[in-house]
Amino acid sequence: MSLTKPAMRGLLGKRLRFHLPIAFGLSILVAVAFKYTVTEPRKRAYAEFYKQYDAVKEFKAMREAGVFESVRPSGE
Amino acid sequence: MMLGLRVGAAAAATRFLGRRVAAIATPSGATMASHGHADVSQTADMSKPMYCDRVDTPLPDRAYKDELSAADKSLKQKEKGPWNQLTKEEKIALYRLMFRKTYPEMKQPTAEWKTVMGGVFIFLGMTGLVVWWQSVYVYPPQPRTFDREWQAKQVQRMLDMKVSPVEGFSSKWDYEKGQWK
Repeated sequence: MSLTKPAMRGLLGKRLRFHLPIAFGLSILVAVAFKYTVTEPRKRAYAEFYKQYDAVKEFKAMREAGVFESVRPSGE
Repeated sequence: MMLGLRVGAAAAATRFLGRRVAAIATPSGATMASHGHADVSQTADMSKPMYCDRVDTPLPDRAYKDELSAADKSLKQKEKGPWNQLTKEEKIALYRLMFRKTYPEMKQPTAEWKTVMGGVFIFLGMTGLVVWWQSVYVYPPQPRTFDREWQAKQVQRMLDMKVSPVEGFSSKWDYEKGQWK
């Protein structure tokens, strides 16, 4: 009985030819998925928040709550 | 391929730890027997090539049987001729001269995992007792910042300051109704 001679060379190359495209593909897929599931919603959330943001109103509310040291609540 | 590391655990332990520590660290006959390794020899001259049953080393440094009887010697002579003249029993006998265990015999599961898990749990238990004693006799009193009232005041202050109002902490608080969303 004679067996076929096993592959003696090019083993790393063969493995890389198979795995590298998969690795790159998956990485790119994960990056794109992250962009559209995390970063885009986050950018929209911030844009929406600052559309209706009144800085003076927020400052007055914080001042009344007493969190500042430079300005005390208007009653004191 | 193994970089010459075809030595048993005892020899490796000797190399790294010194002879006396390796003698303690090598499993004793009692432990080995209870794990199903009852047929291990206790003394070996480690300055000469040794035999080992290892799944990752198919060809050990020497044959298993080196003191051959007259029958074995004649069989070895016959081995020098054409192999298709050997009977099946002779082939098996030659294999058993060269090797102690076959691959299926080597791969048989042992009961070692029970000892390992037992040891792990024993030490985890002892550690738990030590930690408990520490929490009673060693730890200082907790800082006041751990009290329920302090934590409540801290949360209120964070909401007043509007910590992370966009997507984080304060965004989960309904400022009109004064409650969590």
